[in-house]
Amino acid sequence: MKVSLFITCVSDIVFADVGKHTVEILERVGCEVDFPAAQTCCGQPAYNSGYLQEAKKSMKQMIKAFKNSEYVVGPSGSCVGMLKEYPHIFKGDPDWEQPAIDLANKSYEITQFLVDVLGVTDLGSTFKGRVTYHPSCHMTRVLGVKDAPQKLLQSVKGIDFVELPVKEDCCGFGGTFSIKNPEISREMVKEKSQHVSETKAEYLVGGDMGCLMNIGGRMRREGKDVKVVHITEILNTHREGGIA
Amino acid sequence: MSVKIGEISYKERIDKGIDNDFMRQAVSSAQGRFRKGRLSQAEELGNWEDWRQLGSEIRTHTLENIDYYLHQLSEQVEKRGGNVFFAQTAEEANEYIENVVKKKQAKKVVKTKSMVTEEIGLNEALEKSGAEVVESDLGEWILQLDEDPPSHIVTPALHKNRQQIRETFADKRGYDKTDSPEELAAFAREQLRQDFLTADVGITGCNFAIAESGAITLVTNEGNAEMVTSLPDTQITVMGMERLVPTWEDMEVLVSLLTRAAVGQKLTSYITAYTGARLEEEIDGPDDYHLVIVDNGRSKILGTEFQSALHCIRCAACINVCPVYRHVGGHAYNSIYPGPIGAVLTPLLDGYDDHKELPYASSLCAACTEACPVKIPLHEQLIRHREIIVEKEKKSPVSEKIMMKGFAQWASNPAAYKLSTKVARTALKPWTKDEFVENGPGPLKGWTDVRDFPAPGKQSFRAWWSERAKGEKQNGNS
Ligand code: SF4
Repeated sequence: MKVSLFITCVSDIVFADVGKHTVEILERVGCEVDFPAAQTCCGQPAYNSGYLQEAKKSMKQMIKAFKNSEYVVGPSGSCVGMLKEYPHIFKGDPDWEQPAIDLANKSYEITQFLVDVLGVTDLGSTFKGRVTYHPSCHMTRVLGVKDAPQKLLQSVKGIDFVELPVKEDCCGFGGTFSIKNPEISREMVKEKSQHVSETKAEYLVGGDMGCLMNIGGRMRREGKDVKVVHITEILNTHREGGIA
Repeated sequence: MSVKIGEISYKERIDKGIDNDFMRQAVSSAQGRFRKGRLSQAEELGNWEDWRQLGSEIRTHTLENIDYYLHQLSEQVEKRGGNVFFAQTAEEANEYIENVVKKKQAKKVVKTKSMVTEEIGLNEALEKSGAEVVESDLGEWILQLDEDPPSHIVTPALHKNRQQIRETFADKRGYDKTDSPEELAAFAREQLRQDFLTADVGITGCNFAIAESGAITLVTNEGNAEMVTSLPDTQITVMGMERLVPTWEDMEVLVSLLTRAAVGQKLTSYITAYTGARLEEEIDGPDDYHLVIVDNGRSKILGTEFQSALHCIRCAACINVCPVYRHVGGHAYNSIYPGPIGAVLTPLLDGYDDHKELPYASSLCAACTEACPVKIPLHEQLIRHREIIVEKEKKSPVSEKIMMKGFAQWASNPAAYKLSTKVARTALKPWTKDEFVENGPGPLKGWTDVRDFPAPGKQSFRAWWSERAKGEKQNGNS
């Protein structure tokens, strides 16, 4: 199966490892992976801030970049969720509506792709460590991916999985919200950090680097040494004794 | 009072909310209770999603035919001896009600369960014309004594604790007992009973007006509405134009959703229904009945992309799940409608000038949208508001405009984008320490004020990818 990677802007620039793990996982399950270099950002920062015209420019770029792809798979529920909004954003536009629908229909978040499209719930991974999972809002509520990440995590051999209290609560990232309303965002992420501490987990896992960057950044500021990792990192681990 | 409840700035309101430990604790524990209740009741009902769908369809149908149903409602009310008045503005509504009160030479007015009278500032208007107005709902009565606006649409005094209530009673009414809830409630009851018995006019809000029969229904937990609707001779109902349903069956569906979504009850303790003036053969009810239907900006919303905001049945489920509300409290919204629905509705009713920050006071986590029993896409409507603020109202900051223009150029030009993935690390170098930025420049400042920012990696993904591809070529793999 041919899969085009959608490596979101945050993963491309800040967390390249997330992209690498995504590639390796997809290849392990037998996909042929390519990376259309014309891709940029899904447009979410502008769209959610009310800059629709600006957002559309980057969305058109994405539509062009993935025009010939069979499947588009990315390691971020939020950004894939954004692609799914394109049809509604370009509704009534004679040139872009159909291409927007095509892109939305073939796009998947990585765990969703593994579980729902390929039917894989066990990647044969091994991981030792106490792990908790933060389900990001856009991944669960906008994209509707709820069970896939948990199914995959629970099949990891050796994992000590513990539920995060009030896990469905927002971490306070919200893209530009975290910059525009830092005080409110701070109170939200403080609470999340507190919940993570309560689990006594060594690792906080999630499917969206934006949220993880927020929670990780806050916990570092608070001097906590919980390791914050993207789910692909756990799923792509065969070592015992955790991640260095 | 009007939709807007004060003059202090957004920033100050946020800080005040965040610094109010008591309020935050109270809100947090109430949210926990309400949320649990809602989820378990929804589960018990079984097919919650079907119920929501039905609720949403009833609301959509009603709004799409609102002229028809308003006409039907007013005909029914008039048939039963009531007077109906359509008020375009707050002033018109107040003037009409003032006239009724004056004609009766009423000295005391008791009021219950009405947000719309808060919205139009009825209390002030009546007091100016010489009548005393008493809020009969316990929470609202406490706020009235303390001259404090409501902070929640179902439990208006959520932000106050027992000690504060005791103090208010002591200051304003010479109360000298303890702050035990029983004693406080007994005192309030005794005080309020006097008001019920001596009031000349009763004013209530309306949860749902039933078009087919002209009945007004009120959903309450205290039963005070019974007193207000049965004791005074003159009865006035004030309702927002959209608070109507076609039939009793529709009302049943919406009440089921309302009570479950609000606090997780199957039913509230009281549902009061009343119809027009007392007929010859009836033993109770008012001699004189008035229904005031308030527009005050609502018809402007009809037919727009915000129409579904008028679906709202004021259950507060969105407020009870909102993490922003939890941390800043209801007063931070500076509106009698707080929380997510407040952030959507307030600018629609009262314009953007005083409320342009509200649509941004949300992380767009969509918990509200998920909770809303009548399926209002609240977080999407907040994005629509932002678009209007940016594109039509042109009220967004200049620095942001420049940044977003830059974003559009960057994200529509793969070469520029690729370049940035290469130079990002170097660009942030002056602020980077141990792979993290702790004190960021420009737009990063808001971020790094409260948390660290990871430095861009040594190698971007795309650089790694092209190296890997090259390597594979050299190895003859491709
Ligand atoms: S917007 Fe929805 S959830 Fe919020 S109060 Fe109205 S009906 Fe309830």
